[in-house]
Amino acid sequence: MGRGLIDAAVFVGGMSILLGQTLSWSLRSLVGRKGKSARARVFKQMVRVGVRSIPIVLLIQFSIGFILALQMAPELDRWGQVEQVASINAVAGFRELGPLMAGIVLAGFAGASIAAELGTMVTTEEIEALQVEAINPVRFLVVPRVLATVIMMVCLTVLADLTMVFGGFVTGVLQLGISPARYYHLTLETLTNKGFLTGLIKGGLFGLLISLIACYQGLSVRPAEGSEGVGRATTVTVVRSIVALVVTDGILTALFYAYGFFDK
Amino acid sequence: MSEQEPIIKVERLIKRFGEQTVLNGIDLEVYPGETMVIMGGSGCGKSTLLRIMIGSIKPTAGKVMVLGENLAELNERLLDELRKRIGILFQSGALFNSMTVGENVALPLREHTKLHPDVIDLQVTIKLNQVSLLQARDKMPAQISGGMKKRAGLARALAMDPQILFYDEPSAGLDPVTSSQIDELIIKLSKGLGVTSVVVTHEMDSAFRIADRICMLNRGKVLKVGKREEFEALRDAENGQGFSEDELLMRQFLRGDAEGPISSEEDKGGFFQELGIFSLR
Repeated sequence: MGRGLIDAAVFVGGMSILLGQTLSWSLRSLVGRKGKSARARVFKQMVRVGVRSIPIVLLIQFSIGFILALQMAPELDRWGQVEQVASINAVAGFRELGPLMAGIVLAGFAGASIAAELGTMVTTEEIEALQVEAINPVRFLVVPRVLATVIMMVCLTVLADLTMVFGGFVTGVLQLGISPARYYHLTLETLTNKGFLTGLIKGGLFGLLISLIACYQGLSVRPAEGSEGVGRATTVTVVRSIVALVVTDGILTALFYAYGFFDK
Repeated sequence: MSEQEPIIKVERLIKRFGEQTVLNGIDLEVYPGETMVIMGGSGCGKSTLLRIMIGSIKPTAGKVMVLGENLAELNERLLDELRKRIGILFQSGALFNSMTVGENVALPLREHTKLHPDVIDLQVTIKLNQVSLLQARDKMPAQISGGMKKRAGLARALAMDPQILFYDEPSAGLDPVTSSQIDELIIKLSKGLGVTSVVVTHEMDSAFRIADRICMLNRGKVLKVGKREEFEALRDAENGQGFSEDELLMRQFLRGDAEGPISSEEDKGGFFQELGIFSLR
């Protein structure tokens, strides 16, 4: 119990320090003399982090939209409200499942791969080499990965939102006999700026959490731990990311919808 | 040599990791242009000493001066400025695996200088030529051999024209021929460029080939600092008669004998005593 508390305190403290350093280096490194190469590094990471995840996110979100509509239809039909599958899909997709599912997929793809990469770089002395070459590892490695993950998470969230609505659309039109125009109209009617924007905020924050946890776990590998340490860092990253995502999602949803945090 | 100011000065250095004292009162001076080999068995603290001299870890007590700067007084930014004036060859070469050999060498120049890309290109060519590795310029680290990785690491260490080069076990994991080639390279660089070299190794042949002076460590203490010839005399002595305990210990290490004070120290070692089964033996 005591051990667990200490571990948790070390984790939160370490993450906070890494967050502070990342923010301060982000501002300094993207502008100025070396800004061009820093931006190039971010772009390279965006391709690596985001592109591979796109097909999986599309597949999962399409299926969830499709399934949700099919499952809700009989219940709604009892009240003669079968058309409301469009609203339910839009609410669930844009507010919750878009950012959350994209985040979980990205934790598996990008989070695990970043943790494994940085952990391996520790064991091959590459991190130490950077330090003695007077190149700050946070600036050089963490900043591009964090920025790229945040940007790509926001983009993936939009894709995930739309795909889920499309999944519901396919069920609604082909199976439930709602006309395409009606489905489109109902979706737009439900979709508010707040629903869309809070989803994007969640997505960006999830990206920040995933990439920070991955970088922190990767850099926490000790050189002597070797491949075992890298393996553990990868697993811990995925588990902690998913827990962090769901808990953060709960807190944000409470803030946005129970306490009206986002309303002016 | 002693009229010169030392380029590295270590005074009463102590390093503890928890309960364990790894370095226990080290004094060492390295003079400009010389090759100092720090030698000792596994776990004698030589790698820790190297990491303290490059500012990677902080000492528990004592003073370390490098290029006239007291490491303890430097903040991270000033330490980085100092690091630009030294080069380190890591045991594995520590190349950045996601970049080609050429990009590895170019990285410090791109990060720390305002040189035009064409000039950086030229510099990379020169550095790779110095270590005879120009043909591997566009290869990835995974595609080249262990010896080539070390040479590439050396080219990267040379990129900023350092005043001091640190080598961590340069011959570890290499076959004898490649190992001699690396030794030749170290000699060529230190004599040709006038770079001060600090080499940590436990390979006797290599140490005697490259050293001007040798510092022998044992259990966190300096046994002896002296010219290479003094150590050669110790090694080649017919027998150990009239030698002090320390000298016998060094002689055993230098000759690689299985029998001697090192082995009997281990026999006596506290391990069994700590377990409380010493009486069983």
